[in-house]
Amino acid sequence: MKEDKNQVVGSENMNGGQARGKNHEDLDFLAQMGESDSLADKLKILARQNKLAAFSAVILILIFLAAVFAPVVAPCDHLAQSLTDRLQDPSAAHLLGTDELGRDVLSRIIFGARISLTIGLVPTLISMAIGTVLGLCAGFYGGKTDFIIMRLADVMLAFPSLLLAMVVMYTMGGGLINIFIALSLVNWAGTARIVRAQTLSLKEKEFVEAAKSIGVKKWTIMFRHILPNCLPSLIVLFTLNIPSAILSEASLSFLGIGAQPPSASWGLMAVRGKKYLFSEPWLSIAPSAAIMIVVMAFNFLGDGLRDVLDPYLKEQ
Amino acid sequence: MEKSVLRLFYQIVCLLWKNAEGRLFFVLNRVLKRIVISVPVLIGVVLAIFIMLRIVPGDPVTTMMGEHVNPAVIEKISREMGLDQPVIVQFFKYVFNALRGDFGTSYRLNRNVTQIILDAFPNTVRLSLMAAAVAWLIGIVAGVVAAVRQNKLLDRMFMGCALMGVSMPVFMTALILQYVFAFKLKWFPVSGYDSWKAMVLPAIALGWNSAGSIARMTRSNLVEIMQNDFIRTARAKGLMEKGVILKHALKNAMLPVVTMMALQFSSMLSGAVLTESVFGVPGIGRLAVNGIETRDMPLLQGTVVFTTILIIAGNLIADLLYNVLDPRIREGA
Amino acid sequence: MSESIVLDIKNLRSHFFTAKGQVPAVDGVSIQVPEGKIIGIVGESGCGKSMTAMSVMGLLRYPGRVVGGTITLDGKDITHLRPKEISKVRGNEISMIFQEPMTSLNPVYPVGKQVREAILLHQKVSKEEAKERVLDIFRAVGISEPEKRYYSYPHQLSGGLRQRVMIGMAMVCRPKVMIADEPTTALDVTIEAQILRLMKKLCQEQGTSIILITHNMGVVAEVCDYVYVMYAGKVMEQAETFELFERTSHPYTQGLLRSIPRLDEKAERLYTIDGVVPNLLHLPKGCSFCTRCSQAEDRCFAEKPRLYETSEGHGVRCFLYEGEGKVCLDE
Repeated sequence: MKEDKNQVVGSENMNGGQARGKNHEDLDFLAQMGESDSLADKLKILARQNKLAAFSAVILILIFLAAVFAPVVAPCDHLAQSLTDRLQDPSAAHLLGTDELGRDVLSRIIFGARISLTIGLVPTLISMAIGTVLGLCAGFYGGKTDFIIMRLADVMLAFPSLLLAMVVMYTMGGGLINIFIALSLVNWAGTARIVRAQTLSLKEKEFVEAAKSIGVKKWTIMFRHILPNCLPSLIVLFTLNIPSAILSEASLSFLGIGAQPPSASWGLMAVRGKKYLFSEPWLSIAPSAAIMIVVMAFNFLGDGLRDVLDPYLKEQ
Repeated sequence: MEKSVLRLFYQIVCLLWKNAEGRLFFVLNRVLKRIVISVPVLIGVVLAIFIMLRIVPGDPVTTMMGEHVNPAVIEKISREMGLDQPVIVQFFKYVFNALRGDFGTSYRLNRNVTQIILDAFPNTVRLSLMAAAVAWLIGIVAGVVAAVRQNKLLDRMFMGCALMGVSMPVFMTALILQYVFAFKLKWFPVSGYDSWKAMVLPAIALGWNSAGSIARMTRSNLVEIMQNDFIRTARAKGLMEKGVILKHALKNAMLPVVTMMALQFSSMLSGAVLTESVFGVPGIGRLAVNGIETRDMPLLQGTVVFTTILIIAGNLIADLLYNVLDPRIREGA
Repeated sequence: MSESIVLDIKNLRSHFFTAKGQVPAVDGVSIQVPEGKIIGIVGESGCGKSMTAMSVMGLLRYPGRVVGGTITLDGKDITHLRPKEISKVRGNEISMIFQEPMTSLNPVYPVGKQVREAILLHQKVSKEEAKERVLDIFRAVGISEPEKRYYSYPHQLSGGLRQRVMIGMAMVCRPKVMIADEPTTALDVTIEAQILRLMKKLCQEQGTSIILITHNMGVVAEVCDYVYVMYAGKVMEQAETFELFERTSHPYTQGLLRSIPRLDEKAERLYTIDGVVPNLLHLPKGCSFCTRCSQAEDRCFAEKPRLYETSEGHGVRCFLYEGEGKVCLDE
């Protein structure tokens, strides 16, 4: 393959230097360049090199602001029904038309962002906190603790997560709060596995040995010395777990066992619009597209972050 | 049914035999080990489902039947379903019966759950097989092409599409396909499951996501493998870039992808819920949703246990495939 | 040097294009390889010796690229061949073995098949015939039980055996030139001697020239006919082996030789050259060695020395020898 002329090393290759370094010792200098950057530097590189990730971050910030200031941003009241205006095509008054109860679809999507973002952030944070603590314990204590936690994680991972969430929803009934709980409980196992693996390797490092030898308490070692070193992976994992939580909520709501009407959940809007798919396709496509955009933005951002932050996850 | 299962089993054994190149003992050893590891996970999963379904606030029968039912009726049903016994007793009874192929009786449909599942299963299998074919074909081809044209326009386009595939909610793909190809172009029926043609759209909808992740994984693995020393050797030998990729990199890169493909197939078998719901395919996923909607605990329980068994079996097969394909592991190196 | 030149590298320059600037990994290197001889290229890690080899093979990958100079193999310019043409040369007329025998073979194919592939790529022979040739070359490189080894996977072989397989693969098409990039660095010392002897034997039998890249002066003394000493992408000194050891001229070469531990001298501690290889992005303005050179003068920091020929075939890139130098070898 002929190489493009005068190309400058792109984002991929900033890290690629390390990978290539194992080929030729003469390339060591490339590897050194990649390693010496601090977190802030890496984010700067990300912003500069990976335009998509930067763009995604901007989009997410905009969506986040729209969600926070939804009452101000939304053109109409998202719950105001108007039977005379039902099922209208997109127009100047209703940019994305109206639904079967005459509610403005755009406003509902803007309010729906609140639900999706909260679902994406909060349960993910909770489940990852659970996963991190369990993973740290498993990796650090080893032995029985490790065995029990990891078999539990095996069991959790053996479930398809949607199905597991469905079982929890059966037990607790529908509704957003229950989705919160279901998603918080369901998704910790993946995090636990990764944190455990990193803890295992970090445990052997000199600085941990040193801390142990001067008698630092176990919990202090775990949270002061090991956890910060897992942080890059956790940030990446967090960014990549958010979209799956958002998709889970949307799926549950779409199946009718998640958010209940008149909630403006995107999944719920999609399923209610499904009845009118052939006459008013935007009713279900618009909220679906909203989900896609948010999920995609998180994925792009997560991918970008992984490229600059985390050689460890990259090898997974 | 049993015959075809037997035949499949026979074929798998043949495949293992052939690939193991006479080192069957080692492979068998691993199979046994993996099965032994899988059993406690399976028991744990069933137990977890059991407990989760029984910590319903209030009485499980009341939850199933709704409020305002004569307490005497509730008690009678409880006794019939064995729900008055301690959970652990129920659990062992359930496992014992499940081992004999009896998942209990559906409360709403008044039919044997095993029978209901076996009726729905072929639909899901057919859907998943077609979806897997779609996913593997599109995913691998796109992944390889993107890796070959790394960082060029085609690569970016394919990877953009792949990420879109991963990011699209399944129901969105399904709805768009339904609207465009069934409603506007009228190439395929809107719903149904009885003909080959009717299954095309659901299969694409279900396979789309997996295609995206397979493409991404194929590409990143290939790119990673291309950094290896033996790739340089292959080039030094005088292979053209195409040959280097197809002959030397692909086989290495595909090892983890094959594992993922097997994993995804098993998750398709269980994850077809949304697709089945949009296209009205009466498969396993529909049963689970029905079980929740009608609060039919035995049905939901049976479906979830059944699909989890499938998933665990899928994981097992994925792991074995990896072992059989990689000569380094094959001989215990 | 009156022998016919098989491989003639003239003023080769290969650069890396990185985000932080253009890195001149190979900066004007000229090397001549006579037929049937072993040429040594010595230098520390990162001096550009491997990059020179990769450039010659046309294996330099993005972000690296040959930006100047010519590479002539047997009268044919191979510097800018199209991928299809260069792949006919690679492995056929010029081949290469690498430093890492552990990772240089594809783990998922039997080694015999990998060697056979090299034959099938370049010659029109049947698979059976090719297999016979592989078994022959396995015997020639001293692999016992070649039939059995043919079907072995790389992980089943020891490092020494793998390197023998690599040499077999490189020699199987009887190339004119074989480049060996630190072929013995990863091996035990006892194996190292065997492999070197084997390479020398093959070189004599088949008339193949070898470019031996190494950082080990002992290896150079043992097998090479002619030596190039490289530093920071440039040839610092070049001479016939005997001449180089007898009349070591460049301060850098002197340093290299002095840092070999010797049994017959009592030293308090091993000699080392002070400092480290300079960052290729920020090379000194003058001689690239000036920052570490004990004899550096003001001029060395300001001007780049050229390769002055002190006696026939002996070139030194140092101002100390400017007066003696009649010709500049890098013209």
